[in-house]
Amino acid sequence: MSRPALPLLLALVLVLMAFGAVMVGPFGLSPGEVLRTLVGQGDPQARIVIWNIRLPRVAAALLVGAALAAAGASYQALFRNPLVSPDILGVSAGAGLGAVAGIFLSLPVAAIQASAFVGGMVAVGVVTLVATAVRGADRTLTLVLVGVVIGALAGAATSLLKVLADPYDQLPAITFWLLGSLASVTSADILPALPAVLVGLVPLTLLRWRINVLSMGDEEARALGVEAGHTRFLVIASATLVTASVTALAGVVGWVGLVIPHVARMLVGPGFGRLLPVSALIGAGYLLAVDTLARSIAPVEVPLGILTAVIGAPFFVVLLARGRRGWS
Amino acid sequence: MLEARALSIGHGKTRVGSGLSLRVAPGEVLCLLGPNGCGKTTLFRTLMGLLPALAGDVLLGGRLVTALTRAEIARRIAYVPQAHAPPFPFEALEVVLMGRTARLGAFGQPGRTDRATALDAMDHLGIADLAGHNYAQLSGGQRQLVLIARALAQEAPLIVMDEPTASLDFGNQAQVLSRIAALVSGALDDGRSVVLSTHDPDQAFALDARVVLMHRGGILAQGAASEILDGPRLSTVYGMPITVETTTSGRRVCLPAVT
Repeated sequence: MSRPALPLLLALVLVLMAFGAVMVGPFGLSPGEVLRTLVGQGDPQARIVIWNIRLPRVAAALLVGAALAAAGASYQALFRNPLVSPDILGVSAGAGLGAVAGIFLSLPVAAIQASAFVGGMVAVGVVTLVATAVRGADRTLTLVLVGVVIGALAGAATSLLKVLADPYDQLPAITFWLLGSLASVTSADILPALPAVLVGLVPLTLLRWRINVLSMGDEEARALGVEAGHTRFLVIASATLVTASVTALAGVVGWVGLVIPHVARMLVGPGFGRLLPVSALIGAGYLLAVDTLARSIAPVEVPLGILTAVIGAPFFVVLLARGRRGWS
Repeated sequence: MLEARALSIGHGKTRVGSGLSLRVAPGEVLCLLGPNGCGKTTLFRTLMGLLPALAGDVLLGGRLVTALTRAEIARRIAYVPQAHAPPFPFEALEVVLMGRTARLGAFGQPGRTDRATALDAMDHLGIADLAGHNYAQLSGGQRQLVLIARALAQEAPLIVMDEPTASLDFGNQAQVLSRIAALVSGALDDGRSVVLSTHDPDQAFALDARVVLMHRGGILAQGAASEILDGPRLSTVYGMPITVETTTSGRRVCLPAVT
């Protein structure tokens, strides 16, 4: 397929999927009703369903999927490891702890989001500091290991808060959030997350060539003229901002950032200039499909994180079993 | 072009070598010769400012290497590491294009002229047909040539090669070495210099290079290969009896004593 054609095709598929997702739900809508409502006509009930419930949810699914996949592609290139994801560096665990603390303290929704973001940034900050202090070892390996350690610590703190939480009011909210869900998302939740994601994506897009060079390793990148330390920090901070913003919105949704960049790499190769947009587009479509399933396959909402794990884990096993061909 | 003054090299508190002084003139081939583990790679890394010197100075075009940015250094020295496998399946041309990075802005992308330069460099080494191949699936010798092409595309006046034939089999070694010899004789015309390290004295003879002979973290001798590489010196450096003989075709070879 010619070079610009694939992203265009993916974008088109995405628009059609989004349109389909708006129609699906307990209050079924025909394509005609959706179109009429979108241009400002249609009956009041359809208008409320579309503008207040379906569209925010579809938009949130697209945003979360695109953001997680883009961040995952960045982490994988930067850590020269196709097996890492936003979960390393403790970003997800830190953001999770932040949000759970917010719920525990009965903070308003916006404050819970901010607290999730701060938790994610603090986690990655601590990981970077500790990894820098540990000298002599393989830097990437140290970062990943410290990420696991900090993630485990944050997980323990989260568990402590769950034990202490009010079992009738707070605990269900915490549990639901930790499993990931877009069930109660509104336009007001998306608005703070959207600009944060866009701000994070700007450096990732601008630095796309240097990210390729960094994936050859720090020393080689420096010999090729890249200030590896600064660039690496900027990319990690951006990818973390992107991850933390959508984690605050949707809860902990795993596997997307790990699996989707693989699929994108199989389609367009590892060149980051093409990998980033294609990962984001596929991630958006994937999460939209999964979220639409989550709200329609059962009378009760299935938490997103459960579905992405059920789909992602076997896919990942297949990748592993296929060996390196999976990512070459 | 490149000058090291009373350099001490090493990692942290571990000193690998000291009192190293050398100079690379424009249009020169310099061969850094010594057994494995004598500090050749550490010296290279220090010369390129990738590792801080423990003492002494490195001057690059008359300026202290510590005062230059990475991009400024990369425009002066191109580095050819030992062939490696990258984690992702980049095309060979993409790998060569990475040599253009120091000439792009921080947010720049390689453009048409960069592609032309990269293809030119590959053509120069006779590997233009590999451009669209997956770098990770090339043979060791082909990968090494791709990395040399990347250094050419970098258009730096000095090319540094770290044991370019170290991990290659016999045939690939000979092939890469002959391409380097051709490159060196061509490159010297436009005033480019090449510094390469090797543990194989025969290569220094084959390239007819000026030699810096390293021994125990210091420099034992410097000069033309034909002058300084003799049996006694090589025997000292490699710790076993070695004789230098001339073949009927006039080429010098080193023969270790096998008892």
